[in-house]
Amino acid sequence: MIVRELELDLDAFEGPFDLLLTLVLRDELDLAEVDVASIVVAFVERLLQREQLDLEACGEFLVLIAALLELKARGLFTEEDADLADLEPEEAAEELARRLAEYRRMKEAAAWLSDRLDGERDRFFRLAPAPLAPRAERRLAPQDPEQLAAVLRLLAAEPPTLSLRHMALKFPPLSQFVDRFRALLSRRSRFDFDQEIEGLSRVEQAVAFLALLELRRTNEVALAQAAPLAPIRVARIDVERSLEWTVRSA
Amino acid sequence: MDRPLRLIAGNPLDELARTLEALLVVASQPLPVEELAGAAADDPERVELALGLLSERYSEGRSGIVLEHVAGGYAFRASRSAAEACARLFERPVQRGLSQAALETLAVVAYLGPCSRPEIARIRGVAADSAVAGLLERGLIAEAGRDDGAGGAIRYRVTPLFERVFGLESLSALPRLDDIAEDTERIRERLHAVAERRGA
Repeated sequence: MIVRELELDLDAFEGPFDLLLTLVLRDELDLAEVDVASIVVAFVERLLQREQLDLEACGEFLVLIAALLELKARGLFTEEDADLADLEPEEAAEELARRLAEYRRMKEAAAWLSDRLDGERDRFFRLAPAPLAPRAERRLAPQDPEQLAAVLRLLAAEPPTLSLRHMALKFPPLSQFVDRFRALLSRRSRFDFDQEIEGLSRVEQAVAFLALLELRRTNEVALAQAAPLAPIRVARIDVERSLEWTVRSA
Repeated sequence: MDRPLRLIAGNPLDELARTLEALLVVASQPLPVEELAGAAADDPERVELALGLLSERYSEGRSGIVLEHVAGGYAFRASRSAAEACARLFERPVQRGLSQAALETLAVVAYLGPCSRPEIARIRGVAADSAVAGLLERGLIAEAGRDDGAGGAIRYRVTPLFERVFGLESLSALPRLDDIAEDTERIRERLHAVAERRGA
C-alpha cells in the first residue's frame, strides 16, 4: 500500500494524498481548511480493507500526518508565534487550552444551531422585504408669525411680466415691398436696392429682398451686381412693363 | 330586517384581535407588542390579551396558520402539518446549505457578537471572510459598527432573521454553553501533561 496514493475526499480537497501535500507545501491550499482527522479516517479505512497490517505504510503515514499537523498548528498561530514562544510551557499550554476550549464551545454551539435548523425544517414563514413605514411627521422649529408673513409677502409679490417680443419675428407683407418697388420703377427706370432699404430692420430688409426676387420672377426687373456684396442695381424692363401697362390700361 | 348579522358574541377584545390579525397578515417580519399596540392605537396589555386569543385560534392542529412568538415579536407562519406542501411550492434559500464554517461563524457572532472578522478568525483559527460574506448575503448577520479606533474592523451581529430562521424568541433563548466544561477540562489536563514533559 502506497500512502502517497491514498485517495482523499475532503471538503477542501479531493485527490491523492501526495497532491494534497504538494499543494500545501506550495501554499496553494490553506492547511487550515484541511480536516486532518478525515485523512486519518480515510487511511484507517483503507488499512481495514486489507487483511495484513502494513507496518511500513503506517510508519510513513505517521510521519507525514505528524508533519502536516505541526504545519497546521503553526499556521493557526502565525501572528502570535512570538507571544507563545515567550511563554513558559505551562503558560503556553494554558493559553492553548483556553483557545481550544473557546473554539470547542463554538463548535458545540454550531452543532446546536445545525440541529436546531434540522428541527425547524418544517417551519415555513413569509420572507419579504419590509414594507415602507409611513414617514414620520417632521416637527418644525417654532417660528415668529410676523417674520414668516414678511417672507411670504416677498414670495407673494407679482413677478414682473416678461416681454416675449424678441421671441416673435414680425414679417411685413411681401406685397408691401412689391408695390413700393413697382411704384418706384414707375417713376424711375432704375434704382439702387441698398439705398432703398437703408434704415430698415434686418427682417424688413430680408422681406424687401424676397420682393425683389419676386419681381425678377415675374420678369418685371433686371438685377445687376458688379461683384459679390456690391450694391444691387435694379432696372425696369421697359418692353414688358409697357406691354403689361398697355394691356392693363386697355 | 336590515340589521347586520352578528356572528360572534361581543367579546370586548374581538375587535382588537381582528385588527391585530390584519396587521400580522400584512407584516413581513415579526411585530413586537409595542409596535402592534402603536399601530392598533390600543393598550399594550390589551394587545397581549388579544394575542393570547389569537394564539389559541391560530395553533398547530387548529389552523393552517400558526401564530408564533419569535425574534422578539409575533408573526404568522404555516403550520408544521403543511410543511410538505409548502416545500413543494417554496424554496428556503436562507437556511439551505449552511456549511460547517458558516454555522461556526454564525455561532461565534450569535454568542460573542458584535464581533469583527479578525476576532472570528482568531477563535476558529481560519480566515472567516467567505463565511461572513455568505452569512451577510443570506441576511443572517449584519454590520454593527466598528471596532474602536481609526480604521477599526467592521463588527457583525446576528439579525432578527437569524432568530426567526432558528425559531428563537430572542438571543437569550440560545442554550448556555457551560455544559461542555468537562470536555475542556480533559483537554487542559492533556496539554498540561505535555507541557510538563517538555519543561522537564
